[in-house]
Amino acid sequence: MMEIILSLGIGALAGSGVWLILRPRTFQVIIGLSLLSYAVNLFIIAMGGLRTGAPPILTTPAAGDPSLYADPLPQALVLTAIVISFATTALFLVVLLASRGFTGTDHVDGREPEP
Amino acid sequence: MNRMADHLIIAPVVLPLLAGAAMLLLGERRHGLKAAIGVASTSALVGIAIALLVKSDAASDSPTSAISVYRLGDWPAPFGIVLVVDRLSALMLLLTSILGAAAVVFSLAHWHRAGAHFHSLFQFLLMGINGAFLTGDLFNLFVFFELLLAASYGLALHGSGAARVKAGLHYIVVNLVASLLFLIGVSLIYGASGTLNMADLAARIPDVAAENRSLLEMGAGILGIAFLLKAGMWPLCFWLPTTYAVASPPVASIFAIMTKVGAYIVLRLWLLLFGAETGESAQFGGEWLLYGGMATVAFGAIGTLAAQDMARLAAFSVLVSSGTVLAAIGMGQVAVTEGVLFYVVSSTLGIGAFFLLIELVERGREPGANVLAVTREAYGEDDDRDEDEDQIGLAIPITMGMLGLAFIGCALMIAGLPPLSGFIAKFALLTAALNPIGTTQGGSVPAASWTLLVALILSGLAALIAMTRAGIRSFWAAPDRAMPRVAATEMVPIVALLILCVLQTIQAGPVMRFMRATAHSLHAPQDYVRAVLPPAEQQARKAGGT
Repeated sequence: MMEIILSLGIGALAGSGVWLILRPRTFQVIIGLSLLSYAVNLFIIAMGGLRTGAPPILTTPAAGDPSLYADPLPQALVLTAIVISFATTALFLVVLLASRGFTGTDHVDGREPEP
Repeated sequence: MNRMADHLIIAPVVLPLLAGAAMLLLGERRHGLKAAIGVASTSALVGIAIALLVKSDAASDSPTSAISVYRLGDWPAPFGIVLVVDRLSALMLLLTSILGAAAVVFSLAHWHRAGAHFHSLFQFLLMGINGAFLTGDLFNLFVFFELLLAASYGLALHGSGAARVKAGLHYIVVNLVASLLFLIGVSLIYGASGTLNMADLAARIPDVAAENRSLLEMGAGILGIAFLLKAGMWPLCFWLPTTYAVASPPVASIFAIMTKVGAYIVLRLWLLLFGAETGESAQFGGEWLLYGGMATVAFGAIGTLAAQDMARLAAFSVLVSSGTVLAAIGMGQVAVTEGVLFYVVSSTLGIGAFFLLIELVERGREPGANVLAVTREAYGEDDDRDEDEDQIGLAIPITMGMLGLAFIGCALMIAGLPPLSGFIAKFALLTAALNPIGTTQGGSVPAASWTLLVALILSGLAALIAMTRAGIRSFWAAPDRAMPRVAATEMVPIVALLILCVLQTIQAGPVMRFMRATAHSLHAPQDYVRAVLPPAEQQARKAGGT
């Protein structure tokens, strides 16, 4: 059940993200990128295997059965990916504003399409 | 081996990081000090790269000793992150630092004042590129890729202006999407194989369970798309010409190596993970590389013919160059790889010098002159016939003479004509492609090799026509044009890059021997695996496998 909900969630986020990236307005593109990066982050977690209530670090000094623990590596990867995508989104936002200032439009090509 | 020499491996990452960070702390107006730090750091990088190259080439007694491994935090290989230097990494480090030094010196004339933090961003870019060449871990590769991309976003916008911001916007979106694909690919590979260390991955791929194999190949394919987008393979390359053409010259010059970063990763990972001995997945996707590369060459060649100014011409030459590299990698043969390594060095130096040269040549012309010139050509109007008489006996100013010579040098390199190294590179590549067995003992030549031959020759012809046209338009123009003012710091890097090309031509024998050793170690990935993984780990794996 959890698997189905998670994959539906990833699918919905990725689908909306792709659709928004292909839209002509810069603001839609940036929202699309954010949605897509959420989908990718969830996907990374899912690739580590889904488990409820399992800690990612050993709780007792003695090494236990690895199947009782969640895989810590994807969680570390996701943290890195979140930080990086946050930084690049902020950077893109600046470029978006600069482009708006230079061209006076929020179209990705810097000019309105001919009617 | 002493301790200090070991730490030299991480210096290409740490040194630009420290230099770039230190420059951030300096005030906005201290251009002189920043320039000094930038030049010092990049020239130190050249020295470090030469040291690493000599070190990895000197150890020729056993194949594994040519590969030095730096374990961060001294964690053993599959658990910790490793940096690996072999001949290929050292070669790419040297190429990067030379191009970086040339671009920094060139920028001193005035470009480094065109916007904030040029030198810091430049150092961070070098750090990202060097890290990507050094790392032996897939996720660490992602981090270095993001570092170099983040710095390149800033540099692509350096100098500002509507055209740069517009091209930068497209560049950023395309590369952000590519980064997300990179992440998906990495996590698929992790899910299928349980490791992110490249050497460990190479050791595990033959034993991956059948039900996970398609997942692994899917991951590798998605990862490949992310790299090929950076390398500029058709049809993933439409962002490249505009971005490179509008970037400021020193930035465009260092960007010439960024497509090679993508090609380097493809070369490294493809031969490591899907080499001849990896069982079922061997040569996975090779045909895509081969035919995709050729399509890129064709697209780039048509682009060079259609380009209306020199910057676009240079940007399309970048595409031709990376298409050639990808197609030749896709052949998957040792001898072709030798030729391609030689080609990477010569074409990167040539294109880097050309990007720097363009701005000097075009400095004296009013903007839009190119479009006018080409339009005039198309409509057959010839307006300078009556000027012929007064031009006889006119002395050519020394600046124009230097620029013209440098232009001829770049044209020879890019078109691949003798006597410069571009010709030797193409010759080595094609000889190897036409002799798949390695000797001239008859045998049929595969159709792919013929196609590659035709593509390379025609792209060289296209480059020659386009360069000649551009050269005639700018050097044989009417004499009343303003003479470009060229500072010595702008001319020296171009001349230095071209002298390196000449040296590569004269010393072709030793350089080719080095490339041969590099190609052979690339095609024997088990040495890489053996060098990176500690002996105990391999024992355990062998015991588990039998």
